[in-house]
Amino acid sequence: MAISYDEVITKYDPVLGLEVHVELGTASKMFCGCATVFGAEPNTQVCPVCLGLPGSLPVVNGKAIEYTIAIGLALNCSIAPFSRFARKNYFYPDMPKNFQTSQYDEPICVNGYLDLEVETEDGVKEFRVEIERVHMEEDTGKSLHVGGATGRIHGADYSLLDYNRAGIPLVEIVTKTIEGTGKYAPLVAKAYVKELRDILRGLGVSDVKMEQGSLRCDANVSLRPVGEKKLGIRSETKNVNSLRSVERAVRAEMIRHAGILGKGERVKQETRHFHENTGETTPGRSKEQAEDYRYFPEPDLVPVAPSKEWIEEIRSRLPERPSDRRKRLQDAWAVPDKEMAAMVNADVLDLVEESVKLGADPTKARGWWLGEIARIANEREVPASELSISPKDVAKIVELVGKGELTDKLARQVVEGVINGEGSPQDVIEARGFKVVSDDGALLAAIEKAIAAQPDVAEKVRNGHIPAAGALIGAVMKETKGQADASKVRSLLLKTLGQSE
Amino acid sequence: MIRQSAADMAQALAKKEVSAEELTKAHFERISTVDSKVKAFLHLDTEGAINAAKDVDQRRSRGENLPTLAGVPLALKDVMTQKGIPTTCGSKILEGWRPPYDSTVVTNLKRNGVVILGKTNMDEFAMGSSTENSAFHPTHNPWDLTRIPGGSGGGSSAAISAFEAPLAIGTDTGGSIRQPAAVTGTVGVKPTYGGVSRYGLVAFSSSLDQAGPCARTVLDAALLHEAIAGHDPKDSTSINAPVPKVVEAAKRADVKGLKIGVIKELQGEGYQKGVLDRFQESLEILSSLGAEIVEVSCPSFDYALAAYYLIAPSECSSNLARFDAMRYGMRTGEGSAEEVMNQTREAGFGKEVKRRIILGTYALSSGYYDAYYGSAQKVRTLIKDDFARSFDKAEILVSPTAPTTAFKIGEKSNDPLAMYLNDIATIPVNLAGVCAMSLPSGLATEDSLPAGFQIMAPAMADDRLYNAGAALERELLAKWGKPLLEMAPELL
Repeated sequence: MAISYDEVITKYDPVLGLEVHVELGTASKMFCGCATVFGAEPNTQVCPVCLGLPGSLPVVNGKAIEYTIAIGLALNCSIAPFSRFARKNYFYPDMPKNFQTSQYDEPICVNGYLDLEVETEDGVKEFRVEIERVHMEEDTGKSLHVGGATGRIHGADYSLLDYNRAGIPLVEIVTKTIEGTGKYAPLVAKAYVKELRDILRGLGVSDVKMEQGSLRCDANVSLRPVGEKKLGIRSETKNVNSLRSVERAVRAEMIRHAGILGKGERVKQETRHFHENTGETTPGRSKEQAEDYRYFPEPDLVPVAPSKEWIEEIRSRLPERPSDRRKRLQDAWAVPDKEMAAMVNADVLDLVEESVKLGADPTKARGWWLGEIARIANEREVPASELSISPKDVAKIVELVGKGELTDKLARQVVEGVINGEGSPQDVIEARGFKVVSDDGALLAAIEKAIAAQPDVAEKVRNGHIPAAGALIGAVMKETKGQADASKVRSLLLKTLGQSE
Repeated sequence: MIRQSAADMAQALAKKEVSAEELTKAHFERISTVDSKVKAFLHLDTEGAINAAKDVDQRRSRGENLPTLAGVPLALKDVMTQKGIPTTCGSKILEGWRPPYDSTVVTNLKRNGVVILGKTNMDEFAMGSSTENSAFHPTHNPWDLTRIPGGSGGGSSAAISAFEAPLAIGTDTGGSIRQPAAVTGTVGVKPTYGGVSRYGLVAFSSSLDQAGPCARTVLDAALLHEAIAGHDPKDSTSINAPVPKVVEAAKRADVKGLKIGVIKELQGEGYQKGVLDRFQESLEILSSLGAEIVEVSCPSFDYALAAYYLIAPSECSSNLARFDAMRYGMRTGEGSAEEVMNQTREAGFGKEVKRRIILGTYALSSGYYDAYYGSAQKVRTLIKDDFARSFDKAEILVSPTAPTTAFKIGEKSNDPLAMYLNDIATIPVNLAGVCAMSLPSGLATEDSLPAGFQIMAPAMADDRLYNAGAALERELLAKWGKPLLEMAPELL
């Protein structure tokens, strides 16, 4: 019997450590001039340097350093006046040099923090996550192991190697131990990765797509009995490829650890893989012996020594913090806390802001992005930003509804049409023949027809029984195939029958 | 014609007294006559060289203004990549690999119209002092075919001393240009670290490796030095500063008033008498030319060999990790990727290379890092300090290049420590990143074999080597009456 989460948190105090790898969005790789386009034909973005051919030498990408410094500054870190690259030595077929050029004991950014506002069932809670270090390294190539049951190298018939990713600049952001989050630990983990992602996106240093692997999170989880100071044994869960998975993986590990500890056993310090489908983790390849990476300073590179002026110049160009921006937008749009949180959680803040910039009313824009569009996004299990509807389309739809050229009902169909790839809102309106009947003559004809069909109802309205008008309005809408503006129909009908609201 | 200096060949080419094609073919002829005995080359690029020579000839006949060395042949150490040409580093593990790119040194040579004849033999991955560690065959010293030509660049030095090429490229990690130059009676220069790009030099020990010129005269070495040196954005450790004016210095050849420091620790016990005699003689000549000779002490040099044999193997254990049978070179054995890698490395690496990989892996492993690699780095700093202090007292420092003349093939192959000791005078220079030259000081009386005289100068003061070297060379030539190499036995 698995222990329940509520039981876990009454007995144990969780401690987290999060390592986030971010692929930087530089045009070229970390140590050579190769392109970094995602999804290119395998092994077409390679050269002697990123293939690690004998004799080739790395040269640091200045843009990658600039981006990393910007990340460090945004995370309130100090920037080291002198930092070095080191070689991390280990063998793997998708690592061309069989060492990874990384940073070890002299990282470029240290000692920062990130403040979080975490939405919980008990309201919004504030947490500070301390950052240990931010350092630069290069990505490895990608292996595809063909045959075998596990998709891992062991048991595979053969393996295909793609070195396009080899040498793409990576930044690793490592937190200090995150303590005192209690039952909110999974939410804090998720909020941290989300806030980090928003910061990185705001900085424009990465496309931060978790599903494409440009932002990857490893979650270290340990439990200790409530009141205990000494840290428990941790597991490190990899493969956590969405925000939701971060929360689920931490929760799953807490429950798993508690189960082991409850039986009086020891948690194994190991790497584990998270599986989205089951929501559980399984052990990674167990290492027969502890890996010794034999780090030493990379002799092919000179130390990184950014000048104070350069650091200040980068600092002066830092964009607004996402938390500051949220506050500013909430004030400007006069949005209640709950609605604001809904936008943040649905990840549509950028989309709403963009729609507003294009002229949409904030409340209306929010209504669309959190309503119909969010519903379709949910249905299709993709983020709203990936649907083929743009803030420009939404602004247009809001505008047309405002002018009475579209009804809400028709607008919903237009949204669906745009998402289905039928073109711009105007294209959909035209193709589907949506034309709001606003011509008084046509509406009056339909009204006359409705009155003639239901004389007794009309009589009731004439006698002042306004609610009865509903049946007549319905008939008019039916006659005009729903393309009439219902409020206009109503006022015309009442006027015809000598009444008013 | 092939016995001329590169400078004289260049002049004859410029005057159209000879064509580059003729000169190249003459060298291939010499190679076909003597290389079966010397075995300096691993690969000849006859077609490519003749085409390059013809190209130079055509450009010259069109009246183009060509660089000094255009049309002069050269032998390239097999550790430098040349596009499409086999590059083995003297190792089985790279057999069959044809690099898809030119090293910067090769790019510079091509830009200067230098004709690359082929690739020369070397100790596997430049690890050795005798060229016996080549996976293919040893190279023989043209002065005595039963003796070693030095190493690791024995092929390059043997080729120029046997008149198979007037110029060669070597690389020097602990003496691999200078010690072969010393034992073959030729000139070799290890430029300042960062003076010549390492891009395309297959790394042995990245923080120590440096490519440089091998030649028969100091001026020839200077001409080649200028052709290959200079800042390279592809090498982060390349120095972004003008190349020292080495050709001008070689032509100046004036040591009047120059302060020369003799390093106390690099003489005495362990040095062959004939080598020391020639060294003293050279000092007297320099003194007679108006130089001031002082003695300097570099006490930390006693630890140089130990530090070197921690740093170089540590770096090599990482640099050579890429030879894993996955992408290029040799692949043998069956089973999983790891099993194939292990079997390939077992079959593809020689004994000395394995020894150093194991040594370096151990020195870097956790728990030993501080005691070994860390301490070695501290010694390195001390050696730099010793050099800095000594260069305050003297503009150049001098010593014998190698403690002995060429030893017999096989004599030291089972005694790695004895072999390592041969580099005792050359290694400190690499650890400090300064520059040094070896030039012939004459023949040791007891065995009539060449001895080497080493000149050392501060970083980016490579011109001082050429100035003093050319002055000494001029006086020795006058004393001998003919170039030293003309005293070598005929190979035919």
